[in-house]
Amino acid sequence: MIEYMIYTFLAINMIFNLLGSISLHRFPDVYTRLHGATKCTTFGTIFAVLAVVVHALYQLRITNDPKYLQMALHSVVALIALLLTNPTGAHAIAKAAHLSGVKPVKAVIDAYERKLEEGAQ
Amino acid sequence: MSFIIVFMWSFVLWLVLTAGTKGMLWSPEELAAGVIFSSIVAYSTKNIVGEKASRFLNPSKWLGFVVYSVGPLFWGMVKANLDVAYRVITGKIKPGIVRVPVDLENEAQYTILSNSITLTPGTLTIEACPDEKALYVHWINVTEPEPQSSEVIAGSFEKWARRLGK
Repeated sequence: MIEYMIYTFLAINMIFNLLGSISLHRFPDVYTRLHGATKCTTFGTIFAVLAVVVHALYQLRITNDPKYLQMALHSVVALIALLLTNPTGAHAIAKAAHLSGVKPVKAVIDAYERKLEEGAQ
Repeated sequence: MSFIIVFMWSFVLWLVLTAGTKGMLWSPEELAAGVIFSSIVAYSTKNIVGEKASRFLNPSKWLGFVVYSVGPLFWGMVKANLDVAYRVITGKIKPGIVRVPVDLENEAQYTILSNSITLTPGTLTIEACPDEKALYVHWINVTEPEPQSSEVIAGSFEKWARRLGK
């Protein structure tokens, strides 16, 4: 039973990481690629960590070996660090790209460009 | 004040990272090393962590963060991920950068809201401007070129950010 739960989590993780990689290939510019590459993979990684935690807690209950407790806690700390740094990094890359003049491809509106132009005048 | 708070949190993180290395609980040597390292960290950051650090001691806020991240934030990520998955497969995108007016007071609230927006796929905060009370958001499927509130992009996130960042 527990095995199937772990397999489900790993399958979800794999699907979203795969979609993130495909989006790098399909999307036209740096901003849309950031969406796929950073967000889909974060969501997938949440499920990878969930799978590790479930497995570790299950093993902890069977074997009573403290190394599984360590495994679960360390994965959770890694997940929290990822959830805090990932959006910050994506924001920094997007802002740097915009400030160095990369225009969003096929954009219907670019309000930030307008603001920068108004600021320059 | 900020020394005590940073010390406490570093020590909690140390306890989490060292749990289970020798038996289930911590050995006295580990605890002693934790006290030393936490003191070093807390002393070296005491001028960086601001005066408002006492809000990190408020248990109702901890609970709020936990409820927020497993409730609205996770549900928002699920919905938005399925939407982006659909867009990756079909290739139907309509990107653009929109200006979203928000009604927030301090920088913590801006950080929470823009990180939440960036964490949900389909929207990516490019710039936060507290002086004009607006966020500039790259949106993968623009349905409203000039939104009047953050409702269309972030749903209930703004309300949560206002409450948690006080």
